[in-house]
Amino acid sequence: MQEFICQTSANPSLFSAEGFVGLIFLVTIGLIVAGALVATCARRLVRSVAGLALCFTGVAGMYYFLLAPFVAMMQMLIYVGAVAILIAFAIMMATPEEGDLPGRRISALAGPLGFATGALLFAALTVLAIRTPWQVFPREGSADMKHIGTVLLTSHSMVFELISIVLLIAIIGALVLARRGRN
Amino acid sequence: MDTSIWRPIIYLVCFMAFAGLNAAYLGWCERKGAGRIQRRTGPMEVGFHGLLQPLADGLKLMTKQLLVPEGVDQILFRIAPILAMIPALTSMVVIPFSDNIQGRAVELSVLMLFALASIGMIAILIGGWASANKYAVISAARAVSQNLAYEIPMLLTVITIVMITGSMNLQDIAMDQQGGFWHWNIFRFDKSIFMPVSFLIFFICSVAETNRAPFDMAEAESELIAGFMTEYGSMGFGLFMMGEYLNIVVGACLTTILFLGGWSCPFGLFPGVWWFLIKIYILIFTFIWVRWTYPRTQVYKLLNLSWKILIPFSMVNLLVTAAFIKVF
Repeated sequence: MQEFICQTSANPSLFSAEGFVGLIFLVTIGLIVAGALVATCARRLVRSVAGLALCFTGVAGMYYFLLAPFVAMMQMLIYVGAVAILIAFAIMMATPEEGDLPGRRISALAGPLGFATGALLFAALTVLAIRTPWQVFPREGSADMKHIGTVLLTSHSMVFELISIVLLIAIIGALVLARRGRN
Repeated sequence: MDTSIWRPIIYLVCFMAFAGLNAAYLGWCERKGAGRIQRRTGPMEVGFHGLLQPLADGLKLMTKQLLVPEGVDQILFRIAPILAMIPALTSMVVIPFSDNIQGRAVELSVLMLFALASIGMIAILIGGWASANKYAVISAARAVSQNLAYEIPMLLTVITIVMITGSMNLQDIAMDQQGGFWHWNIFRFDKSIFMPVSFLIFFICSVAETNRAPFDMAEAESELIAGFMTEYGSMGFGLFMMGEYLNIVVGACLTTILFLGGWSCPFGLFPGVWWFLIKIYILIFTFIWVRWTYPRTQVYKLLNLSWKILIPFSMVNLLVTAAFIKVF
């Protein structure tokens, strides 16, 4: 994969190596967008979770595409294997017999206003993406595990410590919540 | 050879054949094993000692009508069996069967196997929920809580092995244990005095992860009919079963590579794929043996075993291993 990144031509054919890599990139994007659409549009909550899992898988593919296989695997393991499953769990415990949710309408203005906001945000982001002179930074080391480990325990140890504190707080919070329900 | 188009095609065909044959004939082995343990003969009618039974079963499953009951979630109901099969098949790619038989040498193959296993959990959850059957939903919830609980001690045990070897590559882990059984991770007392116990923990976890007896709470027939597979017939059910047997194969492969020296010979003679196969089939036989010997546990005991015994012990083992590596 490494060698494909360096050589890019303007219009690669589909059957060349670059063309195929581009196709994989598009498939990954498609997975993300399709997953996101299912997650937001589905009427049934479990379908939304399935869409979310699909979206996470697409994001993992994107990480793999960006030569960060470790992050991709962790994305699968944590987001698909734990987060999506816990959400599905919560839904199944809370509403086992939900059926189709009725389409709620808060106000007549909600639709057009939401659309306008979305369009404005999209336009702004597009303008920003096109106008910004993107710099390509040189790659800093490699994305393999040894490098990640070294960096996490030396130059980025603060992040590492902060994450462990966040996790500790989450565990304590979960314990407090679970204890309160006992009696 | 590495860039040739033939290599992936040959590997694909061989893995599919390996997977298909295993899924079919492990069912036969299981029935024969169950029969022998219960003083019966098992299948005898179709072919010599029932050897053609899997073929007959497969034909029956494939020719049956694909029934989709009313009230199920149409899309998710059809996707779930496929999702159960995909990770089990894909896992084959990274398993080193020998020093030169490996579909693709992935640097993070251990992590990749566990990442794929998480898709299997989603399949069970989706399949159970989409069936719109209360037994299926209860079974899916049980299966997934069990899988989540046993994944933690399993990963902690894997981390000790990764620390000992210093690599997440299954091939490197197998290479590190070459030359005689005293080099195998299970007997490496210089790295941690608890290695045999952590092998036992890993084996228990892989039995629990594949939802096999005595941990088959998800398919407790007396309570839940057939668990999350209740509403599935014909090949939907067939795919779930194949996925289950393939998961057993993958679990046995992983145990062999992590603890039993992968494709190395116990006495340092002729290492190769045959030793690997012998080891995994001994482990698979143990799976069958355990299933028909021990009665089913209860769901509370099952979760207590993981959270109160296995997880604390694996954490202690992790610390002990780290200390041993630091000191020696």
